[in-house]
Amino acid sequence: MGDWKTITVPVLSSDSKNIFSYTSEKKISPTSMNSQVLRLSLPSSKNMHSFFSAFCTEENLEQSISYIDRELTTLGFPSIYAESKGKELNLVSIINCMNELLVLQHKNLRAQEEVEMQHMKLGSDMDHLQNCYAKLKEQLELSKREIVGLQERDRQLQSKNRNLHQLLKNEKDEVQKLQNIISSRATQYNHDMKRKEREYNKLKERLHQLVMNKKDKKIAMEILNCVGRADGKRGAWRTDKTEARNEEEMYKVLLSDYEQRQKQLLLENAELKKVLQQMKKDIISLLPPQKQKPKEKSEDGLVLSDQEEDIGELNKENMWELSCETVREQLTNSIRKQWRMLKNHVEKLDNQVSRGHSEALNEKDVISREDHELETEKLELEIQQCKEMIKTQQQLLQQQLTCDDDTTLLLQDCYLLEERERLQEEWRLFREQKKNFEKERKSFTEAAIRLGLERKAFEEDRGAWLKHQFLTMTADCSNSNATTPSAFLRSSEPDIRLVKSASQQRKPSSVLSAPASAEPCQTSLYIAQNSVVSEKPAADIMPNLWVESDDKEETE
Amino acid sequence: ASCVQHRLVVRDASSLQLLQLYTCLDQIQYIEWSSDSLFILCALYKRGIVQVWSLEQPAWHCRIDEGSAGLVASCWSPDGRHILNTTEFHLRITVWSLCTKSVSYIKYPKACQQGVVFTKDGRYMAVAERRDCKDFISIFVCSNWQLLRHFDTETQDLSGIEWAPNGCVLAAWDTCLEYKVLLYSLDGRLLSSFRAYEWPLGVKSIAWSPSSQFLAIGSFDEKVRILNHVTWKKITELDHPATIASKKTIVYKEVEKSPAVDPERLSFPPTRELASSLFSTKSKYDISQVPVSLQYVKPVADRANPKVGVGMLAFSADNCFLATKNDNIPNAVWIWDIRKLKLSVVLEQLCTIQSFQWDPCQPRLAVCTGTSRVYLWSPAGCVVVQVPGEGDFQIMSLSWHSSGDSLVLLSKDNFCVCYLEGEEV
Repeated sequence: MGDWKTITVPVLSSDSKNIFSYTSEKKISPTSMNSQVLRLSLPSSKNMHSFFSAFCTEENLEQSISYIDRELTTLGFPSIYAESKGKELNLVSIINCMNELLVLQHKNLRAQEEVEMQHMKLGSDMDHLQNCYAKLKEQLELSKREIVGLQERDRQLQSKNRNLHQLLKNEKDEVQKLQNIISSRATQYNHDMKRKEREYNKLKERLHQLVMNKKDKKIAMEILNCVGRADGKRGAWRTDKTEARNEEEMYKVLLSDYEQRQKQLLLENAELKKVLQQMKKDIISLLPPQKQKPKEKSEDGLVLSDQEEDIGELNKENMWELSCETVREQLTNSIRKQWRMLKNHVEKLDNQVSRGHSEALNEKDVISREDHELETEKLELEIQQCKEMIKTQQQLLQQQLTCDDDTTLLLQDCYLLEERERLQEEWRLFREQKKNFEKERKSFTEAAIRLGLERKAFEEDRGAWLKHQFLTMTADCSNSNATTPSAFLRSSEPDIRLVKSASQQRKPSSVLSAPASAEPCQTSLYIAQNSVVSEKPAADIMPNLWVESDDKEETE
Repeated sequence: ASCVQHRLVVRDASSLQLLQLYTCLDQIQYIEWSSDSLFILCALYKRGIVQVWSLEQPAWHCRIDEGSAGLVASCWSPDGRHILNTTEFHLRITVWSLCTKSVSYIKYPKACQQGVVFTKDGRYMAVAERRDCKDFISIFVCSNWQLLRHFDTETQDLSGIEWAPNGCVLAAWDTCLEYKVLLYSLDGRLLSSFRAYEWPLGVKSIAWSPSSQFLAIGSFDEKVRILNHVTWKKITELDHPATIASKKTIVYKEVEKSPAVDPERLSFPPTRELASSLFSTKSKYDISQVPVSLQYVKPVADRANPKVGVGMLAFSADNCFLATKNDNIPNAVWIWDIRKLKLSVVLEQLCTIQSFQWDPCQPRLAVCTGTSRVYLWSPAGCVVVQVPGEGDFQIMSLSWHSSGDSLVLLSKDNFCVCYLEGEEV
């Protein structure tokens, strides 16, 4: 058998590869074949034919056939000889072998192709990876450089920061120092100022002394005359009493001011307390009634009970209007509690609303919202109804005020008629009264005239009687004994006269009083009449009469 | 009453009719009415003489001569019958009585911004004193000039004192080198002391609210701190920044409007009226949109008494508003609403504000800036009033009548009276 010589020929042509594959398959006799193969390693299609012919010539036909048979049998193919020991060739087996070899050849070609493809792919992958690798290496380099740069910057910035901190500290120290300097300078200035001031005071004192010592006659007040004090009082001496009074007044002023302020503060406090109470009530009303169920948590329950207690207590105490600490604290604490409860409630509602948006299953919330909407609708309806009612009412009012002309005229006429009737009635009454008054007046005048006449007569009688009396008196005086009887006479006479006058008085009064029976206006008229009568010249004597009779009554 | 050189002229307030004319010995430096309006004192500082005139009896005269003691200040006592003269170098205060011709002396008065203050009801007088380099305050009873209380204050250098309108609390503040405000009760007890900060310049101005509820302290750091009367602690700080950003503040800005000139009315040579109206600039208020930045003046760093900080403070008579002026921003008046403790209005003028004063009856503020215009602000709005007349009338200061119906506007040489008409209802 020939040696297998694997010749690695780095030539990349398919032909040469084929040749190579051929050479690897076929057993070539050592010497001749070797050289032939070596010679035929050059890729040329022409050589192939020559190669085919070079292997088997007419001379070595049997040798080559036996060689091929040996090869085939070693490869597992059936022998190409007809029989195992004959020299006749089995054509069928030869053809089969050839076919098999061709198939094998095809398979191998395909495999080769595949391998070559893979090889190419791997090669390109390799290239690609190498490129990537190169790029990444570059990037790495770059980023390393960047990092280094950034680190540098960071270091610089940190050092800067440290510097700035240092500067800041320095500045602060400086500021502190300056402040210290300022304060020390200030104290120094103060000290200097005080010294200068003392000097100045001394100078002033000296000046003052000089001024006072000079005893300037010029320092005087020239005034024409003293002016009174503004409040008219005289000046008071300075005594302890006045001092005490001054103190008293001052304290009074202060006290009144404090009292006023306290009043204001009390008022403010009361108002604020009222406001707080109101707020508390509002908050309690705002909180839903559900919470008052005892099934709620124990905290709420406790709080509720407290709250109720508080309400009770504070309501009571509000009536007393105590302003002590405990009440104040209670009030503020209770308001805080209420406020917290309200806050919690509002938060819960918020949560519910947010949950309700996300979960539609929570019927309770949906219902509550629905309820809310229903309520709002109801309220809106109510509002509309009310508005309509108001409109209709307005319309009616307007109608009433400005109705048709006819109706207004009618109405006005009605009113006018009513009024006219009333007025007519009154007129009638008035006329009647007037008539009555006229009548009375006439009667009064007649009576007055009569009275006047009677008075005249009475006067004449009186005059005569007086004369007579006077004469008798003078006659009696001369006879002193006759005084008493005459006195009696006198007394009796005036009595008689009085009786007479009284009767006469009664007469006119009776005359006058007769009409003064029932109606009160007539009595007033009587008085008026009296005055009227008194004005009349004929009745002038009457007041005198009245007076005289009064006098007489008094004297008797 | 007004004084011209050495003459005292008294006029009627509503008609400006000349009522009396008095002649003094020398140039008058200071005049003051007595509280019952019966007497006027004229102080002649150079001669050291005070002359008092009576309105009822023009022939009555009174002359107080301080002689060589000199005269630096003079004022009436609240009862209108005593005159307090401060002698030169603040050696002493002499109390001259017009009723009894007697004299009292107060020694060692302090030479400071506001050393002698009377309570509103005129009962008590507080005098700042300094003895042996320490500050004291003496409280006297005005009716008989008796010393009521004498106590020392913990101040370095007392700069001023002020009674609260209720007459029960006295505020004393230290020099501007130290921020310290001390509050004393009428009987001399220290109620509280307030110190906002330590080193920078301190208190510049102080004002009590008319109800004595608040004490506003304006300081050099451009802030106003308000203390309340119950705890004497700060309830708020009002800042005066150069930029106003809050939307709720109204900023009124004074803008010049050029006068409209009718070319047909021009005549040659121009009449005096026309000339003055041409050259006198008119102005009106415009509302500026927030944010507004105001004109800021940087103070000179190395001068004493720098123009920094809140220099003017005034409460309105109804206790609702506080008007302030920040000397850094010299053209603006800041009006704060006390009920809300917020800035409500800023008036920005064209020139530096010279002075402002509240109407004693209503919440109305009158401002003058050295121009010939007076500016009035009330919660209803603000208005520019031009003083009619020819030439320049630079209003330097103003003063309200106690009824709130008229204003006196003073310039250097002249004065005029502005009457405010009430609305016809």
